[in-house]
Amino acid sequence: MTSHTMEAAATPAVRSPRDAPPRPGGGARLVRRRQRWGWLFVAPFAIVFVIFLVLPLGYAFGMSLFTSTLATGTEFTGVANYAKAFTDPLFLEGMLRVLAYAVVMIPAQLLVALVAALVLDTLATRVSKLSRLLIFVPYAIPVVIGALMWSFLYSPRFGPAATIFSLVGLDAPNFLAADSVFGSLVNIVTWQWAGYYMIVIYAALRSIDPSIYEAARIDGANGWQTSTRIKLPMISSSMVMVITFALIGTLQFFTEPVVLRSVAQGAIDAAYTPNMYAFSLAFSYSQFNYASAIAFSLGALVFAGSTVFLFLTRKQSGLK
Amino acid sequence: MKSKLLAATGVVAVAAAALTGCSTGAGAESCTNKILQPEATQVSVWAWYPAFEQVVDLFNKTHDEVQICWTNAGQGNDEYTKFSTAIESGSGAPDVIMLESEVLSSFSIRDALVDLSEYGAGDVKDDYSEGAWKDVSSGDAVYAIPVDGGPMGMLYRQDILDQYGIPVPTTWDEFAAAAQALKDAGAPGVLADFPTNGRAYNQALFAQVGSTPFVYDNAKPTEVGIKVNDQPAKDVLAYWEKLAADGLVGTEDAFTADYNTKLVDGSYAIYIAAAWGPGYLGGLSDADADAVWRAAPVPQWDPANPVQINWGGSTFAVTSQAKDPEAAATVAKEVFGTEEAWKIGIEEAALFPLWKPILESDYFRDLEYPFFGGQQINKDVFLEAASGYTGFTFSPFQNYAYDQLTEELYAMVQGEKDSSKALDDLQASLEKYATEQGFTLK
Repeated sequence: MTSHTMEAAATPAVRSPRDAPPRPGGGARLVRRRQRWGWLFVAPFAIVFVIFLVLPLGYAFGMSLFTSTLATGTEFTGVANYAKAFTDPLFLEGMLRVLAYAVVMIPAQLLVALVAALVLDTLATRVSKLSRLLIFVPYAIPVVIGALMWSFLYSPRFGPAATIFSLVGLDAPNFLAADSVFGSLVNIVTWQWAGYYMIVIYAALRSIDPSIYEAARIDGANGWQTSTRIKLPMISSSMVMVITFALIGTLQFFTEPVVLRSVAQGAIDAAYTPNMYAFSLAFSYSQFNYASAIAFSLGALVFAGSTVFLFLTRKQSGLK
Repeated sequence: MKSKLLAATGVVAVAAAALTGCSTGAGAESCTNKILQPEATQVSVWAWYPAFEQVVDLFNKTHDEVQICWTNAGQGNDEYTKFSTAIESGSGAPDVIMLESEVLSSFSIRDALVDLSEYGAGDVKDDYSEGAWKDVSSGDAVYAIPVDGGPMGMLYRQDILDQYGIPVPTTWDEFAAAAQALKDAGAPGVLADFPTNGRAYNQALFAQVGSTPFVYDNAKPTEVGIKVNDQPAKDVLAYWEKLAADGLVGTEDAFTADYNTKLVDGSYAIYIAAAWGPGYLGGLSDADADAVWRAAPVPQWDPANPVQINWGGSTFAVTSQAKDPEAAATVAKEVFGTEEAWKIGIEEAALFPLWKPILESDYFRDLEYPFFGGQQINKDVFLEAASGYTGFTFSPFQNYAYDQLTEELYAMVQGEKDSSKALDDLQASLEKYATEQGFTLK
């Protein structure tokens, strides 16, 4: 039983619209009328989308083509800001840093979410409902509040680490030092997002037809084999979606380091992530033009990164 | 992260719209205070002084033709960020804004401030010391009216020093000896903190030996002189580098919850502070109930030639978006221009006045501070510190300069580089930045 046939069997509903019969001939007017209705229904969204996303994006892109310095005025410099961005060590270091975060943080979140979802899927007791809720709760806490909370937990003075480590006669590690802040941030994000991804994966698991498990049991598969050979392949499209979300979120890493920066200014500098760099440039150093260029460069890299990822996983996600 | 970020952006947009609504709406402005004369010209003000509402009420009560509409738009950088965005967008700034003197050049270079010499600033010039006036003016141009200052002194825990038999240091050599003695005596805390994010504080310590990091004149706005790695700065930093390396002082970040607790629970025996420091200490919770605080002059390098230093201090400036600059200038000049206003400022907000009629009054000199067991700290420490202040020149990109300073100092206390290299690197990065920003280096 290969994963491919399983997938095909499990998702017939997705494929069927392609096989829909062609529209009856001479319905051009009908199509046009339908399209008119379509536009009407889309309009509320489209207007907001254009005013609050497309226009600001256009404005920011226009800004990024000019250079404005403190001492001299503003002048049109075309793509000079982009050339500068891709040779700017601060931007490139920030980019490498978020890539490092992606490599560590995404698997960490995914592992926690996957294990929790698989365990909860096999349990059917009241405890499992409660655990599901508890694992999801961190996601319901606003990011800023969550990060603030953790900054107090990490605090050498207010945090519990000092008390816990003193029980065994050790000095507590400083979670906010330059070499440990990476792990501290990974921990915050994993704590906050694993529950959300767990719910997505869990929902996918619940949509699998239980008769497949029955067949597997008859074929002699044990619990581990059912999980790894049947459940995992069948939810691969959800996994691809979760990883894509996580990838985009991680490359745009911003809120958590900004909050921790207020208690660890040395360890987290103003250009820690590309998004933070763009923010400081614009709002602390008044370089709005260069900040726009940085933001667009980041956007382009995120777009390229997620496109490559979706291309590589087109088989698993069913997008091919 | 992304969806929440978008949501957060939405909140910011709404907040920005609300702020804009406050400063541009004519009749229905949303002020924190009550407007007593609805028919009068309204002037919007951003400020974060403690107890400022009482000062605003006093002003509105005594002025029939001008009324203040006050908003607290955040403290320090939080407010500057909003102001900076308002300058860029061309609307949304208040008429009058509270700015620390160190950022005046950063905003005047962006044409964000009105030259007050055209609006009668000269009339009040004699109410301020020369040093204070120098900080807000450039040649004939005046960019703000001084409000409070930050002459520095040394606040210390008499009980801790007595407990370990340590005399109150008057020089930096004695300070280092005291730090060693405290450690040798096995005290649980350290003598003081050397915060790498001290910004203006660190710069003030360098300035005591004569470091002049920046040369800048608003009259020639495209020229800037940078010398952050001069010998005085290097000497002072080497001194702190050694204390920190020997574990005699802390290197915790300032202004965090941890730091605030340590300030008042006895972890630091000495707090080198500006005149607003006592007010800051008084506002902190979890204080050690038995603490005995006293104030003394800041330690000296050469006791024969004492040098006074300054940390912080704020002003009121009129923004170039002010609808009625005349009325706005009136507010800037007069809001802290009465004894009644200053009594609120001194007693409720613990500000150090730069307005001479109150600064030189017997009331202020002889004021006894309960926090210091009734010590007359102005007479003993801060008045002399203030009188020696001759002004200080900041760069037109001070926020950037401070961020870089913090990074270099952090690298130093982490042991990545020594103090001399840290300042040389700082010099190089600031020169590069200034050149990129189109300045000519002097």
